[in-house]
Amino acid sequence: MTNITEQTAITERTADGKGRSLLSSIPKGAGLLWVLVALCVVAALLSPAFLNAANVTNVLRQVALFGIVSVGMTFVILTKGIDLSVGSILGVCAVVTALLLTGGMSVALTILVVLLLGAVLGAVNGLGITLGGVPPFIMTLGMMVMGRGLALTLAEGQPIGLGDRTMDFMWLGRGYVLNIPVPVWIFLIVSLVAIFVLRYTAHGRRIHAVGSNEEAAHLSGINVKLVTFSVYVISGVLASLTALIYVSRLTVGEPTAGTGIELEAIAITVIGGTSLFGGEGGIFGTIIGAAILAVLANIMNLVGVSPFTQQIVKGAIIVGAVLYEMLRRRKGSS
Amino acid sequence: MLQTLQAPREQQDISSPRDDAILRMADIEKSFPGVKALRNVTFSVRRGEVHALVGENGAGKSTLMKILSGAYRADNGSIWFDGELTRHSSPAEMIDRGIAVIYQEFSQASHLTVAENIFMNRLPRTRFGTVDWKGLNTDALGCMRRLGFEIEPTTPVARLSVAQRQMVEIARAISQHAKLIVLDEPSAVLGDTELERLFATIRSLQAEGVSFVYISHRLKEVFDICQSVTVLRDGQVMKSDMIESWTTASLIQAMVGRPLTEFFPPRNPKFGDEILKVSGLRRGKILKDLSFSLRAGEILGVCGLAGAGRSELLRAIVGADALDAGRIEVHGSEKTISSPRRAISLGIGFAPEDRKTEGLFLGQSVGFNITISKLEKFARANVLRLGKEKSEIESYVSRLRVKTPKVTTRIGTLSGGNQQKCVIAKQLNAECDVLLIDEPTRGVDVGAKREIYELLVAFTETRGMGILMVSSELPEILGLCDRILVMRDGEITAELGRDEASEELIMRYATHH
Repeated sequence: MTNITEQTAITERTADGKGRSLLSSIPKGAGLLWVLVALCVVAALLSPAFLNAANVTNVLRQVALFGIVSVGMTFVILTKGIDLSVGSILGVCAVVTALLLTGGMSVALTILVVLLLGAVLGAVNGLGITLGGVPPFIMTLGMMVMGRGLALTLAEGQPIGLGDRTMDFMWLGRGYVLNIPVPVWIFLIVSLVAIFVLRYTAHGRRIHAVGSNEEAAHLSGINVKLVTFSVYVISGVLASLTALIYVSRLTVGEPTAGTGIELEAIAITVIGGTSLFGGEGGIFGTIIGAAILAVLANIMNLVGVSPFTQQIVKGAIIVGAVLYEMLRRRKGSS
Repeated sequence: MLQTLQAPREQQDISSPRDDAILRMADIEKSFPGVKALRNVTFSVRRGEVHALVGENGAGKSTLMKILSGAYRADNGSIWFDGELTRHSSPAEMIDRGIAVIYQEFSQASHLTVAENIFMNRLPRTRFGTVDWKGLNTDALGCMRRLGFEIEPTTPVARLSVAQRQMVEIARAISQHAKLIVLDEPSAVLGDTELERLFATIRSLQAEGVSFVYISHRLKEVFDICQSVTVLRDGQVMKSDMIESWTTASLIQAMVGRPLTEFFPPRNPKFGDEILKVSGLRRGKILKDLSFSLRAGEILGVCGLAGAGRSELLRAIVGADALDAGRIEVHGSEKTISSPRRAISLGIGFAPEDRKTEGLFLGQSVGFNITISKLEKFARANVLRLGKEKSEIESYVSRLRVKTPKVTTRIGTLSGGNQQKCVIAKQLNAECDVLLIDEPTRGVDVGAKREIYELLVAFTETRGMGILMVSSELPEILGLCDRILVMRDGEITAELGRDEASEELIMRYATHH
């Protein structure tokens, strides 16, 4: 017993190179994948139109639009936060995109400015939450209302058409690469970067730590405020990226763009298995979650379920996903 | 039915004047997936006795008590309570029968008042069906007076001390006419005077015929308050007997399955330079002008009653709480420590008092918890080299003998002792040469305690680490520390050398001048 000294420190085990991730709850994604596959089978059976190339492309585009915002939401929820302002940030950015482009700014510069604007709005959320100590729910709720007001003010309540001067810009929302819509590629890249950040960087590890136990994170030497701040900036940037795609696709900057998307994003994140209690979950689940919701909406559209009824179903699914998590936790704890 | 009721009587303790076991759990079996938690456990408590239930973490104590409270259902076996066979009763039914379990984490609604907590779910009504507040508060007061204490019944529970909250829990049990009260580690949160008061309450209730099951890691308390002891190990009863037939040594041996000839490792300290010097530390009314220093290779103990400012001292040094005044020198030069992050960068590690809420990320893996405080070591341009990290984690796990299936196992599933080893591994990973550790063995079983002591001693002797250790367990302070600071009301009232210190002396400085 007395030989627990530095001599026993030598371990024969050397690095086997690729260790399993130290982050918890990866395997949940597999189960979700089966849910998605099952849904697709049901969809194909219910409506032959589901597997049409045009319909599949349409669904993929939908996945991409909601997915990008949801990736940002996943970062926020991993820290045990919430971002209700993504829809409004999207709206402001959509209006500003249209104003800048019709004002004659170059496409590249416009994209840069709009992404920066998303970052700034996210940063305001982050500052209010970390320095001001405002609970995320309230801070982003305020930003949600303010942002929408700002979008409507800037646009004077009217949609702003792009005209036909900006064909280059259309590529973002309407173009294809290898027969796959550009937004889907963007979503793919965003997801890969996000997965990399969360699983292979120190910052990603700290995001999980802050969400798991804020006090322990602080005592472990983590700059909790900086980490928290960063996720709201990420969420803001991804909302503005979605705004660019949105405007490009519709060729209109609507001040009401993105209304309600925060709820979709929260639903997707939760369905994807990211815990509202923080610290657990990840991007892979979010991707599948986005696909599940998009396929479900598509089925209902194809079958002719009214949009009103669709809302009921969506709401029930959100509650169901959280309920499932609660049951899983209860089982795990006993 | 008659026959089954006869069965337990045969083995009943003949020394009891009347044949009056209040509780008899017979042949209890319980399995969880992959684990046989309880094997053929028979446990009985006589009316009016305080019966200690001891054993290492994971021995099955809480499982047994959860079966008793109705939270779990036994796979096999029977429970007689107060002469009746109870089968598959729900927690609510067990409460009705007169069984109250007081867990370490109280199940109180902290924003409600003392009276509401005592009579939760059973608030008295007026004839209009509204709550009879006046009656409620009078009843609550009566209930508390019976236990020999008095708190204004309308005080919100959140404003009470931990000791007072525990009393409220007991008052609730009494108001429910409990005949058997299970106290799960009641002393973990109490100082010595508070413990005395708890004992007085237990004794007076005992005189009224209430029985207790007393779960504790502190054997001294077992000898102070209990009349019988049952030892569980690996889900089996090792031995159950009257207190007179036990000694501390035989208890420990029954718990860990081997004799512990020498509980504390031998100490051959070699002191180096002063690595931490604190002078004139002040924080509000909690810390009043504290000064001391710590040398390399030294274990400096800090003791005192609950509320003396021990934990606050550690938190203030690492920058978790702000200082009003004070000077901190690390390795001879003055430093400002504004956050735990700064402390870690200066080589000061901190293992806080409450592992679950402050020390660990319970939902994350063992490895995650160990490396989180210094990820920079494995990162190149912020990108983690997972292979290097994993091999380092595995080296800590084998060095500190952390019993875990994998390094990816959730840390929340490990026993207290193994969790604590991970907390220590975390400090090693952070490469600290000053370790501030608060209650190093709280909630840790006897076997793992000894291992943790050996680790701490080894760190000072082979690495020249300096350790500042806060503990409420005086034997641990006396057995490990080279020097001891005694605190009282935010001040250091004595500094004692290893040879001059004794429990009596420490208690004298901890309570009055």
